Amino acid sequence: MQFRRRDLLAGTALLAFSGLPSRATLISGQIPWEPDAGNPPPRVTPDGWHFFTATEASAVEAIADRIIPPDPETPGGKDAGCAVFVDRQLAGPYGRNEGLYNSPPFQKGTKQQGPQSDKGPAQIYREGLAALDRYCRATYAGRPFNELSDADKDTVLTALDTGKATLVGADGAAFFKQMVTDVQTGFFADPIYGGNRDMVAWKMIGYPGARYNYLDWVNRHNERYPLPPVGMTGRAEWTPKNG
Amino acid sequence: MTRRLPKKDVVIIGLGWTGSIMANELTDEGLDVVAIERGPWRAAPTDFPPTYIQDELRYRIRHELFLRPEQTTFTFRNKMDQTALPIRSWGAFMPPNGVGGGGVHWNAETWRFLPSDFVLKTHLTERYGAAFLPEGMTIQDWGITYDELEPHYDRFEYLCGTSGTAGNLRGKIQDGGNPFEGARSRPYPTPAQPQPFSYTLFAKAARDLGYKPFPQPSGNLSQAYTNPLGVRMGPCTYCGFCEWFGCANYSKASPQTTILPVLIRKPNFSFRDNSEVLQINTDASGKRATGVTFIDTSGEEWEQPADLVILSAFTVFNVQLLLLSKIGKPYDPVSNTGVIGRNYTHQTISSVNGFFDKSKFNFNPFIASGSIGMCIDEFNGDNFDHGPHGFVGGGYMGQVQTNGRPIQTSPVPPGTPAWGAKWKEAVRDNYLSNVVPGTGVHGSFYSYRDIYLDLDPTYKDRFGRPLMRITMDFHENEIKQNAFLTDKFAEIITAMGAKQIAKHPRTAPYDITQYQTTHVCGGAIMGNDRPTSAVNRYLQHWDVPNLFVLGASAYPQNAGYNPTNTLCALAYWSADAIRNQYLKNPGPLVDA
Amino acid sequence: MHNRITASIGLVAAGTLLALAAAPTFGATSTDGQEFSQIERGRYLARAADCTACHTTPGAAQPFAGGRPIETPFGDITTPNITPDLETGIGAWTDDEFDNAMRNGIRPNGSRLYPAMPYNSYTKMSRSDVMAIRAYLNTVAPVQNHVVANTLPFPFNIRLVMRVWNALYFNPGEFKPDASKSAEWNRGAYLVDGPAHCTLCHTPKSALGGDKTDQYLRGSNLQGWFAPDITNDDRSGLGRWSIEDITAYLRTGHNRTTAATGPMAEEIAHSSSQMTDGDLTAIATYLKSLPGRQDNPPPIPANDPAMVAGQAIYRDQCSACHALDGRGIPQLFPSLADSAMVRSSDPTSLIRILLRGAQSLATSAEPTSPGMPSYNWQLDDAQAAAVLTYIRNAWTPAAPPVTPHDVGRVRSDRETRAN
Repeated sequence: MQFRRRDLLAGTALLAFSGLPSRATLISGQIPWEPDAGNPPPRVTPDGWHFFTATEASAVEAIADRIIPPDPETPGGKDAGCAVFVDRQLAGPYGRNEGLYNSPPFQKGTKQQGPQSDKGPAQIYREGLAALDRYCRATYAGRPFNELSDADKDTVLTALDTGKATLVGADGAAFFKQMVTDVQTGFFADPIYGGNRDMVAWKMIGYPGARYNYLDWVNRHNERYPLPPVGMTGRAEWTPKNG
Repeated sequence: MTRRLPKKDVVIIGLGWTGSIMANELTDEGLDVVAIERGPWRAAPTDFPPTYIQDELRYRIRHELFLRPEQTTFTFRNKMDQTALPIRSWGAFMPPNGVGGGGVHWNAETWRFLPSDFVLKTHLTERYGAAFLPEGMTIQDWGITYDELEPHYDRFEYLCGTSGTAGNLRGKIQDGGNPFEGARSRPYPTPAQPQPFSYTLFAKAARDLGYKPFPQPSGNLSQAYTNPLGVRMGPCTYCGFCEWFGCANYSKASPQTTILPVLIRKPNFSFRDNSEVLQINTDASGKRATGVTFIDTSGEEWEQPADLVILSAFTVFNVQLLLLSKIGKPYDPVSNTGVIGRNYTHQTISSVNGFFDKSKFNFNPFIASGSIGMCIDEFNGDNFDHGPHGFVGGGYMGQVQTNGRPIQTSPVPPGTPAWGAKWKEAVRDNYLSNVVPGTGVHGSFYSYRDIYLDLDPTYKDRFGRPLMRITMDFHENEIKQNAFLTDKFAEIITAMGAKQIAKHPRTAPYDITQYQTTHVCGGAIMGNDRPTSAVNRYLQHWDVPNLFVLGASAYPQNAGYNPTNTLCALAYWSADAIRNQYLKNPGPLVDA
Repeated sequence: MHNRITASIGLVAAGTLLALAAAPTFGATSTDGQEFSQIERGRYLARAADCTACHTTPGAAQPFAGGRPIETPFGDITTPNITPDLETGIGAWTDDEFDNAMRNGIRPNGSRLYPAMPYNSYTKMSRSDVMAIRAYLNTVAPVQNHVVANTLPFPFNIRLVMRVWNALYFNPGEFKPDASKSAEWNRGAYLVDGPAHCTLCHTPKSALGGDKTDQYLRGSNLQGWFAPDITNDDRSGLGRWSIEDITAYLRTGHNRTTAATGPMAEEIAHSSSQMTDGDLTAIATYLKSLPGRQDNPPPIPANDPAMVAGQAIYRDQCSACHALDGRGIPQLFPSLADSAMVRSSDPTSLIRILLRGAQSLATSAEPTSPGMPSYNWQLDDAQAAAVLTYIRNAWTPAAPPVTPHDVGRVRSDRETRAN
């Protein structure tokens, strides 16, 4: 039996982070270990848009602020960094469907068979945002989404959500559902990924974040957990306040 | 060109729970053992440390620890007349990858099956008559009994340090445990985990309704433990990052935390990681396995000859390797002949979310372990009279919420919009005061003639091999079972004091995008009859006696419990047969 | 078989001081039997002296063939081949030549060995013990392995310099028992100062690499690690370890409060884990008799900014294993509250373990070998210093703070060391 040999390294590299691919090894004698081990996620830094154009970014920030509107206690999706989160995700493996089964043929199936598209999220956003921009300009006298009133924005998004608005060149309802998922994911993900800035979402709900020990609170029934949230990169209290 | 390695006594395909158990048993017997593992080596300090493992996006949403569909996936359809399409991103279940297998990312619920589960066909037929079983249901007896398996359950639980409260100690029913369980020879090795608020509230409500709640048996340990191999574990710290994640502080039972530290020190054991077995080789007669062929990450192909082959990959891959290696007769649902791919099953899962008054209830849902929870077993297996209900099977139910990770676990009451200011407000107001039991109703999934595995005619993996094709749907029996159980569960959630509940009963058709445990079973089932089973009662292949096939692929149908304890007990049972019978006289252990 | 023999050696050796000089008897009467017992005693002593650690290249199939580079402050020294190979090993050496190298640091050609070879310790050994090692080494497989000579920079490349060094730091002469002490104490002193050569790592060195004898076994910085104080000092030494704590550590790499890693893990694996209980108890008895300093500084107040930050980091990151009370899990996760290493005068090892992670030793008695993750990516110098200062002051006795500068030094040192 002969098998096609392809570069298997690609098939076993880590999904989200481009660490060195693992190599096959024969292991015996002792548990493998090396110093400085680990593959932590790189920190998202605020250095401009990696995937979105400026126009796209304005629209996504405005959409993020309608999916998660600001209120007096908690920032909205835009100030929480959700658009930055989505931008970095689309620029990375997620945007390209990396690691997923991307082989043809692509055939339409039932809902129960799951998505069967050859398009990754990056392409879906590119096409969806362009289609949304055309829709808004056509409907609202040449104005793009981010220049609409909040009420008009919600009208557009509701129309997409319910399938009442039809986008040309994109599945508006599916695209909007994907944006809702991605924006809300960014709101609640670790701030290392660019959203949930200053852990605002975790503070809002009372989630203490990337902690690893609640032994002292297991038997404290019906009592609010007292410590603030912590992210993978820590919290403000980790840095000594000298002087 | 395939290069040939020096012959070993034993080659093991897949170094998860069952592969590790078998390797440890056979190296104790003095055999020279090599294991071939498709994924990488992984351990807490280097691969899932407490510095960054608590990352819901990376591990839960993006599935980092699992096999990548790009490496291989399955095709799926509900009915035989549909075209199966590939699972492009994981959904209904999560195939593991790497050393430790599913034992790395499981929740560590460590249940035993009921005595009646092992003689299911006989039991149900005797109690209700053959006509009570729906047409097309293909359940059968396992070929072993609970009593035969009990010592091996005991070994696995003491290996893991399982935390729990015995309900039946040598036939005597114990307060606080599961009164329906089979007799156990010893108490659990460690006491049950202390239960946070919502779990005790569930227990109280259940007790008030007349049920007998008990703590879920847990491989997240209530206290530090040293197992019989001398390997030490720490106490669980309720981090809420258990299933889908590796445990960072040695408190969840896994091959890494229970067996591998000892196994790896043995001079007669080694393993290869990042190496995928392509097929099991047989001699010209087809009656004897000669070893395996595998491919490493550089694309080199190797042959590993061995006297004994242990197939201990994930359920579906066990079946795939048998089919690709042309070992055993493939199942054909039309003619109802053949065995490889037959009786594929899953689990029938549902949940009821409860929303409570936030001024009175604070559950801190993030304080949880993978197998925390209080459960009742009144509606499992045949623990109740099915006569009036018109279905068979059942499951345990309980508040078994494993986490409060907010991307997945920030539910809002029914009627709340999916986005916008009202959604945001509802998330804020409900996060600390709701219960989301996840797999709260954990029901059986019995086998049917038209639910099976075979090779897909169209889609291929990266080596050009056909993907496995899953043909799977819910039958009316399971839907009725689940509706009944979900209603019973909702009564208890309501009795906890919920101001609002949201019932999510399981409905047909089976949806491959909805996660419903990774407990896929069957396809290479065990039994007493060659025409209806792939392996005999010792998990020895009927046609190729020097091949043993371990894991949940051997389950003739799936019971209403998590499968790991049973499949590990079966691995010990099989190892015992190899050590005490097969090695003395290599050949078929059962005449048929 | 082997275990039984070494156990009998231990019984005899620990039982009487005389056994140091006299070959232990195994009831054998033939010459072959005596040779066998001498070889087995030599095998045991070679383990106690940990010859294999330096004279075997890690991963090499054949032991004692040399070639392993040993890092010293003056450059790497490559260890020679000590198999009985006539050409490239020491097979052609006479017994006197072997003894002269072991106990005086002088090669057959008259040149001087570098003190990376602990002849400064081996000089304390009896000739009988040295000859037993010789007898054992004669039985190992000869390996043809020509080791390329040392690479020390000037002036250390002039072996003549070693004459001066020896005049300054070398104190030749066999161990002299102290009649006022117990046999066990004397056996421990002999092992510590002689074959086990503990001073090589644990006694601080002068600029020229000689022992600072006034700081005997008070801990020393070498190879990017700090070999801790092993006197009975209450803060940074063995003051709070029982005899059983010490013997368990030396035998298994673990005890109720700590776990071995780094070079000491290697030592335990190759050497002390294979020593007899009697010898380990003797070593512990002797070390416990060495007075500590009692120079504990006052604790840093809990409201100090580094302590506040350190407590937050400890709570969020460290407590999952080392527990909220700092006491870890016995035999699994070290108790920082009880750890002498945590309170070392020199925090190098502490910083290194935090930044790079560590794997504890696996032994057959303690196979688990739990590991510590690397925090290098997560904590900056100030944060790492804060959490280390916290664990040095949250429990008594207190230890001086760790500074961000200390962390920076170890972090940059990390760049130059593979492990």
